[in-house]
Amino acid sequence: MNKSQLIEGLAKAEGLTLKKAEMVVNTLFENMTDALVENERIEIRGFGSFKVKSYDGYQGRNPKTGEIIEVGEKKLPFFKVGKELKERVDRLD
Amino acid sequence: MPLTKAALVQVLFEKEILSKADAARAVDTVFGLIKQALASEEDVLISGFGKWTVKDKRERRGRNPQTGQDLTINARRVVTFKASGVLRRLISEYTTKHPRMAK
Repeated sequence: MNKSQLIEGLAKAEGLTLKKAEMVVNTLFENMTDALVENERIEIRGFGSFKVKSYDGYQGRNPKTGEIIEVGEKKLPFFKVGKELKERVDRLD
Repeated sequence: MPLTKAALVQVLFEKEILSKADAARAVDTVFGLIKQALASEEDVLISGFGKWTVKDKRERRGRNPQTGQDLTINARRVVTFKASGVLRRLISEYTTKHPRMAK
């Protein structure tokens, strides 16, 4: 499912125009992006939570050439699956 | 304070996109649709934000780290998330501009 399919699904389920549904979906993900950029956590009960994790820099190697390279410290968003979603996905049927 | 569904509902209301009641339903529906897709093994891609993928994990041998006992970890299905390049860039650029946030 991509963003336009999500927008269509929302419009159909809630009886919204596509334009309105698009505004809703864009606003939600823009706000989630802003929160992460400002290092704020996101907690959506039943779905999951996001937080930005910091990773220290380290000395790595190019596995092909063996060349030593410095990997700088970095920050990456991390998603932890919520309990309900975890259980629904894991139900092997 | 983490960003919650209530805060997202408030934003939709303040931006005059939907009434409070409709915004609450819409937020639930959005996450509900994403969950439904993942539960039926469908990946979800939100361009500019990231992608959730359903992965099948094989059964493997593991060990209880507390007791050291050997055990078998059953096959399972999990969800992983990969942030889009845009989101990664925004997060690292902000860190560079606000060095105090770096750690």
